[in-house]
Amino acid sequence: MGNILVIGEHQDGKVKKVTQELVTKAAELAGQIGGEVDVVLVGHGLQNPAELGSFGAKKVYVVDTPKLEKYNTEGCVKVISDLAQEAKPSVILGTASPLGKDLLPRLAARLNAGLAADCTDLKIDGGKLVATRPIYSGKAFVDVKFEGDLQIASARPNSFVAKAAGAGASAEVVQKNIDPGELRAVMKEIVKGKSDKADLTEAAVIVSGGRAMKAAENFKILNELADVIGATVGASRAAVDSGYAAHDMQVGQTGKVVNPNLYIACGISGAIQHLAGMRTSKVIVAINKDPEAPIFTKADYGIVGDLFQVVPLLTQEFKKVLTE
Amino acid sequence: MKIAVLIKQVPDTETKIRIKADSSGTEADGIKYIISPYDEYAVEEALKTKEKAGAGEVVVVSLGPARCVEAIRTALAMGADRGIHIDDGGIPMDPFVTAKVLANALKNENPSIIFTGRQAIDDDAAQVPQMVAEFLNLPQVMIAEKFELNAAKNGATVYRRVGGGAKEVYDVAFPALVGAEKGLNTPRYASLPGIMKAKTKPMAALKASDLVGEAKPKTVNTNYRLPPERKAGKVLQGEPEQVVKELVKLLREEAKVI
Ligand SMILES: Cc1cc2nc3c(=O)[nH]c(=O)nc-3n(C[C@H](O)[C@H](O)[C@H](O)COP(=O)(O)OP(=O)(O)OC[C@H]3O[C@@H](n4cnc5c(N)ncnc54)[C@H](O)[C@@H]3O)c2cc1C
Repeated sequence: MGNILVIGEHQDGKVKKVTQELVTKAAELAGQIGGEVDVVLVGHGLQNPAELGSFGAKKVYVVDTPKLEKYNTEGCVKVISDLAQEAKPSVILGTASPLGKDLLPRLAARLNAGLAADCTDLKIDGGKLVATRPIYSGKAFVDVKFEGDLQIASARPNSFVAKAAGAGASAEVVQKNIDPGELRAVMKEIVKGKSDKADLTEAAVIVSGGRAMKAAENFKILNELADVIGATVGASRAAVDSGYAAHDMQVGQTGKVVNPNLYIACGISGAIQHLAGMRTSKVIVAINKDPEAPIFTKADYGIVGDLFQVVPLLTQEFKKVLTE
Repeated sequence: MKIAVLIKQVPDTETKIRIKADSSGTEADGIKYIISPYDEYAVEEALKTKEKAGAGEVVVVSLGPARCVEAIRTALAMGADRGIHIDDGGIPMDPFVTAKVLANALKNENPSIIFTGRQAIDDDAAQVPQMVAEFLNLPQVMIAEKFELNAAKNGATVYRRVGGGAKEVYDVAFPALVGAEKGLNTPRYASLPGIMKAKTKPMAALKASDLVGEAKPKTVNTNYRLPPERKAGKVLQGEPEQVVKELVKLLREEAKVI
């Protein structure tokens, strides 16, 4: 018995899809422990928090303060831990986003509780949370159980499907006035990236290029395909180390761990460290001119061929069928 | 300026993970160990920062079994001044207890900056640094891609990577904890003279059991298993125009992902 508190995320005041996913999942879990799902949103100028009701949230606590218009670890930990001490949830869930990964461990330490981070599945067993998470970059999986009353977990984006089950239902919005306290590491500004695309870690579709891309300019053909299918462009370490792609595009054990519905690997051999970053992709497509490339042993669909020929054709074909 | 670096020794990235027959953990024999790659960036940034500050000391701290001394020696060979090895003594650990032990060890050191990797690549928990910062009541900047000392050298500007290629720029005063991301720097190799010198550098030996206090694990890992093996799927053969058409159809109608 107990409630689940979801730490919501928002961008430009709008609640993010990852939060809708998490609230949907939380509603399912709350049903099994006989509690309700509440959400906390911290920031400034938040829009339509009540809409989270349609995904199953009962209450949305809104802490609106100009002091936290820009994200701040210490401020958010203070606000959310104060709220949690008052609301006494038995489970706190957040997203394993850059924000969640920064915030949740510190929150757990403040609340004297354990955290299961970057989980790919959450379930209830015997009234307690059991969190499944990859270790060794997905080379193994483990179930995390909790000691103590408060259980905290963060879920990898795209792990659950957002379903607006109670379409039109609205959550009760509770405005909370909580002081964020002293802020010591202060964000001065956000330097925007070149693209307006979803981050690799949140992207539902990814097109990645490897050493075979041969030059930075050639990533143009991947960008064109990505534009047509709404994908984010990634790269192998070989492509990054050769200077063809920016290092924040690297997918893999020492790059980003991604979890898309579709991963298209173009001219990537499928080294163990690359696979480590993308093996939880739901569908993998490989385009490689070497029929013996290891990536083909992991790919759901493969095309043996020259990517410089195949990728532009793929772009054309998608353009055709998607505008039909 | 005193700078501490937290490093973890982890299995080499090539390691094939094997699970114990009773699913209680992973097999440890026959594994080659390395410094967790993100921690190498942390060591490098500590050395660079000491050089820029003009004076100071880099202290490398690692918690784990006896073999971790090798990882500390490697960091000393890169140029760090002193090592602290905290033997875990096989007591039950989770990220919470690990962070408690490290924080308690660092309390006596009182460094101006603590550098560490943004996560260890074995358990991928990515929570020990933030918990250490909390237990020591320090500000933190995680996933740091760029670190610049300020003019007075009593603080820094740190660029933190967030979504979509965006970066958050923080001003932070010391003492502070910084979690290193790839791109922060290129770690130097240990030179031969460095390796020789490392042998004579001081290495303190502490015991985790003396440092945990009341802390007990808050989480327990169970049911270790390998992921379902990904099988080779359909490899499409034929003229490029034809296979591309077929692939698009399969992605839309069979896999339903576009
Ligand atoms: C500690 C450590 C960490 C690492 N971390 C990562 C990581 O995070 N991410 C990562 O990706 N790697 C990582 N690596 C590197 C990894 O081992 C591989 O070296 C790397 O993934 C290889 O990249 P690649 O597949 O692009 O290049 P290659 O292995 O060179 O493969 C290129 C492929 O392209 C194919 N090809 C060539 N021309 C064409 C063409 N015209 N059309 C179609 N196909 C073509 C070739 O057949 C080949 O299969 C790491 C390594 C170490 C040691």
